[in-house]
Amino acid sequence: MIYLDHAATSWPKPPDVPQAMARFLEEAGGNPGRAGHSLSVEAGRRVYAAREAVAELFHVRNPLRVVFAANATQALNLALRGLLHPGDHVVTSSVEHNAVMRPLRALEREGVRLSIVPCAPDGLLDPAGVEQALTARTRLAVLTHASNVSGALQPVGEIAARVRKHGVFVLLDAAQTAGAVPLNLAILGVDLCAFTGHKGLLGPPGTGGLVLGEHFDPAGLEPLVRGGTGSHSEEEEQPDELPDKFESGTANGVGIAGLGAGVRWVRTRGVTALRAHELSLARRLREGLAAIPGVRVYGPREPERTVAIVSFTVAGRRVSEIGLRLDEEYGILCRVGLHCAPAAHRTLGTFPEGTVRFAPGPFTTPEEIDQALIALERIVRT
Amino acid sequence: MSEHGVVLFHTTSSAFRAERVLLAAGLEARLIPTPREFSSDCGMALRFDWGKRERVEELLREAEVEPAGVNAFSQ
Repeated sequence: MIYLDHAATSWPKPPDVPQAMARFLEEAGGNPGRAGHSLSVEAGRRVYAAREAVAELFHVRNPLRVVFAANATQALNLALRGLLHPGDHVVTSSVEHNAVMRPLRALEREGVRLSIVPCAPDGLLDPAGVEQALTARTRLAVLTHASNVSGALQPVGEIAARVRKHGVFVLLDAAQTAGAVPLNLAILGVDLCAFTGHKGLLGPPGTGGLVLGEHFDPAGLEPLVRGGTGSHSEEEEQPDELPDKFESGTANGVGIAGLGAGVRWVRTRGVTALRAHELSLARRLREGLAAIPGVRVYGPREPERTVAIVSFTVAGRRVSEIGLRLDEEYGILCRVGLHCAPAAHRTLGTFPEGTVRFAPGPFTTPEEIDQALIALERIVRT
Repeated sequence: MSEHGVVLFHTTSSAFRAERVLLAAGLEARLIPTPREFSSDCGMALRFDWGKRERVEELLREAEVEPAGVNAFSQ
């Protein structure tokens, strides 16, 4: 089997990840942070260690600025719902995932004004276009760091510099880049960064979170969910302290322990080294695909403006047929269709049929890429 | 017996942060159930060497941890 669906969920995971999860259940079964007994303390300590690992990954000094959530979608909902009020204006791009677009469309019905800045046909956003879309009421710019369809890596640093001078917050959707691209929130100029645990961070599904940049004042962000935090129990109002303000209810300790192990593995290997490996595979894929008659590859041509996501179509063939034959005849697993991002496909000109998407990961080998290319060539010929 | 102090916290996450910071600085630090004589909402308190009180408070400030209390504790 050749697994080329890392943009959906990374697999396999480093052995450290399932080990950390099993050990959490076996050795630290208490409720993290709800009591002073030794099992609760050990559970809480492991959750805190994961918080620290995530903070180091994003170069945020205080780990309490890492808020855990069930996934990037929940973190994005927290940021969007917590920041935007009727009358506010928000700017986004034309290649966003539905994790951004659906909450924005709902907010639009409630009186938030929305501008969608068009991207070039390769999926890249022009920073000047974002700045031109700002109004006196703009509160937020929300952007995917890299498109889950075309792999286009947005020039976030330049965009953030242009919008922050107008007092606009920057929310980054790092679902495709956490663990795959070096990320320093202060250098990029990002106020809030949503990440998921089960892709590039090699953790289990059901983990993710929102990282608050050093200078972001949490007083301006309303919680999405309120409830028990193990702190200020005498109060019936939600506490203001981080991370409790945004983390109500018992945490997914097992998953977070796995996420922590995944992040530590990524940091030991080094994000830069992982990126170099994945980009070399993506280049091999792009060149090989371009040489197959009838195949059209989407996304930026310059590898440094991409992550390892390669989308393509084959003239006269349904993407669903190609996906099925890759799986059934060759054991090659990928994802076809719209990838939860209809806006991105409209930008590329691939709506409503969608594309075939190959997304290699840390454990993918060049030989596997070559086998996938040979398989596709045979499918195209027959 | 040397005298101990305890740091009380508003949140458990800040208790774990304080533990890490003190241990990293080479100080004695142990999370214990909050002693009954202190009222704190967090179930955990951090026991430390009372003689190092000023250094502990300085480290907590640097780590942006606002304690709910810092008390002498003779146990």
